[in-house]
Amino acid sequence: MATLPIRRAGRGVSRETASPLWAISAWIVGLIVFFPVLYMFLTGFKSENAAVELPPRLIFWPTFENYDAVFGINFVPFFRNSLVTSLVSTFFVMLLAIPCAYALALYRPKKWKDILFFFISTRFLPAAGVIVPLYVLFSPVGDPVLGVPGLGLLGTLQGLVILYTAMNLPIAVWMLRSFFEEVPRDILDAARVDGASLPREMFQIVLPMISPGLVATAFIAIIFAWNEFFLAYNLAPKESTVPMFMVRFVTSEGLFWAKLAASSTMAVIPIVLLGWIAQRQLVRGLSMGAVK
Amino acid sequence: MAVAQSPAQPAVAAPAAPTGSRRLAEHQIGRLLVLPALIFAILVTQAPFLLTILYSFQRWNLNRPDQRGFVGFDNYIFLLTRDPAFYEVILNTVIFVVGAVLASLALGLLFAELVNHRFPGRGIVRTMLITPFLIMPAAAALTWKNQMLDANFGIVDWLISLVGLRGPVWLSDYPMLSVIAVIVWRWAPFMMLILLAGMQSISEEVREAARVDGATARQEFFDITLPHLWRFMQLGGLLGTVFIVQEIDPIFMMTGGGPGDATTTLPYFVYEKARESFDIGRGAALGVIVVLMSIVVITLLVRLLDRMLERQEA
Repeated sequence: MATLPIRRAGRGVSRETASPLWAISAWIVGLIVFFPVLYMFLTGFKSENAAVELPPRLIFWPTFENYDAVFGINFVPFFRNSLVTSLVSTFFVMLLAIPCAYALALYRPKKWKDILFFFISTRFLPAAGVIVPLYVLFSPVGDPVLGVPGLGLLGTLQGLVILYTAMNLPIAVWMLRSFFEEVPRDILDAARVDGASLPREMFQIVLPMISPGLVATAFIAIIFAWNEFFLAYNLAPKESTVPMFMVRFVTSEGLFWAKLAASSTMAVIPIVLLGWIAQRQLVRGLSMGAVK
Repeated sequence: MAVAQSPAQPAVAAPAAPTGSRRLAEHQIGRLLVLPALIFAILVTQAPFLLTILYSFQRWNLNRPDQRGFVGFDNYIFLLTRDPAFYEVILNTVIFVVGAVLASLALGLLFAELVNHRFPGRGIVRTMLITPFLIMPAAAALTWKNQMLDANFGIVDWLISLVGLRGPVWLSDYPMLSVIAVIVWRWAPFMMLILLAGMQSISEEVREAARVDGATARQEFFDITLPHLWRFMQLGGLLGTVFIVQEIDPIFMMTGGGPGDATTTLPYFVYEKARESFDIGRGAALGVIVVLMSIVVITLLVRLLDRMLERQEA
């Protein structure tokens, strides 16, 4: 498990070490919260019969039979599809959100607040509410009765990339705007007085200053895209992304917990590792500029 | 959704303009930079919604495609006056969202306060507490449904049996509580992240001054930390509401909206109408109702956000 460097110039964190009772309580709470993840991980290395055994064994001789079964299905396409949709949609999110947030924060176009609220309001719409129209629009035929053309995106990764981009765009605009807000105005003014062009101002001065914010925003977008189940389940083929791979091991007859645990572990590991490594950025990123 | 205002208006000189022409150009640049994202968001989110509005005025059941046609407000009238589940679903949605958001905030606050003190292994504990937020919702739902909450082989009922009691069949006896529990397990860490950022922005001088004045840990928490965190709790509550109201994977995976309609929330209800009853027209009308209700909630939340933005600028 990753231990993270926490001894930063202790801003806000109490400098004195907490009492042993505090430490013990914190550890107990942490272990309880973490337990389902640990248990899922361990079950992946048990036989199906041992997986339903009570009391549960936390120390046991591991078996790799579940992973053999899981690897028996070719998982590479699923992971490749998830990787492609997550990274490509995040790329487009950043491509669209960076200039937009940049302008909202530093150029303040008219009605910038309305624009910002429009973006965030698109995130309020439940995907389930538009799943049928999306299905119709994505299908090859559209809706001939109403004369709506079909885009032929049903069951394609392109379709998912478009939806994931739209899904993450509001959050990205929101987060990035708050990071751009933190850029000191005098630096910008100085650059402008010196006659710096917009690309130079953006790429050589501002973006490097907020690179942690860029990383945090991209991470959030990747996490949400990788973990997305509902749209992929309804609009993409059953062989599409990692969540589809995982649910394959849910069966109505016989024991499947151990194999499901193994496939779940594989499905969550990339994002869990990424999140562990990027904890500091997540804390900063999610506070979205409320820290100021 | 009519929240967007077209930015295509003549740029006028801003009040504090250094030079008029320069500001004019800036407004145009600003507009150009915003447009691609704005157009994309409008196309992708509003096109399906327009179609939803059209369908909501149609009788269209996929089982009887030949009877398709415009029926005016029939679908709306049916939902509001005759659908037996409609009001139960609204109540479910309120309980689901309010319960999950408040519980996540409370637990998130506890987690954040716990790891905001120095103790051995603090980094590891924080890492453990963050992890549920990173877990794929579908995987979390399945793990909880089976390994945690199963009546025969689940850990929770086994623990209850250790003290000599008989645990309930969680998903049929307490379905809403079970679904909320899984949501809270995943969203309390999110709240913790936001509140932790808030706690770390309290200056150490203020804390130290309080300690010098003889404040106890409890006084420090209630008199200094908590008031400072109010803004962060608002932000957490707001974002939590946005995300949690749309949580559909746990309902889909754990209860399928049941037993009966006990765990059917509005978004899941829309989905059920379309994918299980094949009733596109009523599903669409429901979708429109959901959006209209969201607009009311959004307006309230946006006012809150607006106040936060202003305070940030001040």
